[in-house]
Amino acid sequence: MGRPRDALTGVAAGRRRRRGRGEQPVVPDAQFTSYYGRPVVKRPVWRTLDIAGYLFVGGLAGSSSVLAAGAHFTDRPTLARAGKITAAGGVVVAAVLLVHDLGRPERFVNMLRVFKPTSPMSVGSWLLSGYGPAAGLAAVSAVTGRLPRLGTLATVGAGLIGPTITTYTAALISDTAVPAWHGGHREMPYVFAGSGASAAGGLGLLAAPVWENTPARRMALMGGIVELAAYRLMEHRLGMVAEPYRTGTAGWLVRASEALTVAGLAGAVLGRRNRLVCAVSGGALVSASAFMRFGIFKAGVASAEDPKYTVGPQRERLNARDGSGIGRV
Amino acid sequence: MSQVSPGPPRMGFFTDTSVCIGCKACEVACKEWNAIPEDGLNLTGMSLDNTEKLDANTWRHVAFIEQRKPLAFQEPGVRHTGPVPDLATPPAEAPMTPMTPGEPGDLRWLMASDVCKHCTHAACLDVCPTGALFRTEFDTVVVQADVCNGCGYCIPACPYGVIDQRKEDGRAWKCTMCYDRIGDGLQPACAKACPTESIQYGPLDELRERASERLDTMHAAGVTDARLYGDDPNDGVGGTGAFFLLLDEPEVYGLPPDPVATTRDLPAMWRHAALAAAGLVGAGVIACLRSS
Ligand code: SF4
Ligand code: SF4
Repeated sequence: MGRPRDALTGVAAGRRRRRGRGEQPVVPDAQFTSYYGRPVVKRPVWRTLDIAGYLFVGGLAGSSSVLAAGAHFTDRPTLARAGKITAAGGVVVAAVLLVHDLGRPERFVNMLRVFKPTSPMSVGSWLLSGYGPAAGLAAVSAVTGRLPRLGTLATVGAGLIGPTITTYTAALISDTAVPAWHGGHREMPYVFAGSGASAAGGLGLLAAPVWENTPARRMALMGGIVELAAYRLMEHRLGMVAEPYRTGTAGWLVRASEALTVAGLAGAVLGRRNRLVCAVSGGALVSASAFMRFGIFKAGVASAEDPKYTVGPQRERLNARDGSGIGRV
Repeated sequence: MSQVSPGPPRMGFFTDTSVCIGCKACEVACKEWNAIPEDGLNLTGMSLDNTEKLDANTWRHVAFIEQRKPLAFQEPGVRHTGPVPDLATPPAEAPMTPMTPGEPGDLRWLMASDVCKHCTHAACLDVCPTGALFRTEFDTVVVQADVCNGCGYCIPACPYGVIDQRKEDGRAWKCTMCYDRIGDGLQPACAKACPTESIQYGPLDELRERASERLDTMHAAGVTDARLYGDDPNDGVGGTGAFFLLLDEPEVYGLPPDPVATTRDLPAMWRHAALAAAGLVGAGVIACLRSS
């Protein structure tokens, strides 16, 4: 932290507030106090590439399993195979990222030491340990043509667990004291589901021929629209805590994601008969999803690093509750 | 095993910041007893606070706040009979030390020793996927270093920014309320070392009573800024095992004014995550319908 410090006072910003001395309470209440501008909560120690990457890859894999299962049963073999391979590859990458991020990777099996519904990371570990083998089996069967019945069973299994892999990560990051994540805990699962679906659709558009890609286009459309809408709702609900989503690295990542989503969807619809346009649109949608996850990750970190996002909303809540802004005095 | 013996009562810390003199004996005693690694000597410019924050290698942290604000109105004569002696009275003849009568100034210096709150609803413990964080028989919250796999989840989950990762070994560390000492009936090292009894250790019920009396005394003496922090079992973390008497708003000390254990909203998060997942399955079905 290279920022200069005010050595004379612990009041880094804002004014002291004392009411009831004949002075009018000042609104709006955007001011706050902090201890030398230091963060109140700890920023996540997770590495961006590992965990934001995991959020993206997990979402892509999980949603691809859904699309693959649908394609499997509606006789669209190329689309189905692409989805299964993506899911299996994704799950391997996800596992590598997760283990790599541990402070003590050699102890990663401790994740399965207990099952704790109060810990989204515990729940996720168990989900992954069911999803991984299913996604792997479905892919192997699709590629080799062996064990078709087991492959079908695995396809169904992966298609049903996949969505939870896509959305549990929303609970994972929201279940923290990070203001920009926790504050968005209602909308985040829909943002993630939408973003995952749009990425899976994008991948389908990239991989499947035009006569098979209708499901991918529809998936991308539904996902993209839900993502954009849920994200906007979240930003609106966050109030002042939405600021980290609009500024800095997170700001441009999110804006780039939105632009890519809109462009990708437009291309996928308008250029539906053109293989190349479909592929480029698909690529745009996949990267849009990655940008969104990295943006959300960065916004969370930024919101934890600045005390105003922790203190501001809490102070407002307190003032609204007892009207005084002071605890038991 | 038919006999169920009642466990020990819930133990806690009451940190009365109004008597803290900023000597940092607690910081030193904590480091010594718990063999916490050295973590650098920094000069921060934050008053006398060169420790900066609680983290993996700092389990007690003394905050220093210099304010352009009148010291709570002091009445040097309040507990003394007879006239207040002159400013120039030699210390040997003075009935009280230090001798600081005079006009209330416009600078006050607040000091406060911060520590893990040992929350009733501890988010760090809730989110820990390995069970490394657990609740002891004293109702305190402790990390088992041999189980922790360094996933780091507890760190952003704590509403007070207490627990942190030690870079050298990747694990999470924080105050244990000297689990190894209190099991033997000793006080935690910080409480033992504190020369002014600013840090008091004991059964939480007793501490709460004592704190409430202390608050009344302070208010009666005109220190209207005094308030308790963390003593309310109805707050967002269910009250804390380590609570404080503060002389200003919590955020002035770097404490969150209205902390909430994030897991309070977890049922809602699971509901929305499940709904979103179901929606995703639905989207898959719709996407694959044959249009003919
Ligand atoms: S203060 Fe933080 S680290 Fe301590 S028990 Fe509460 S949540 Fe856990
Ligand atoms: S870092 Fe260790 S103590 Fe913290 S949540 Fe992970 S396993 Fe539990």
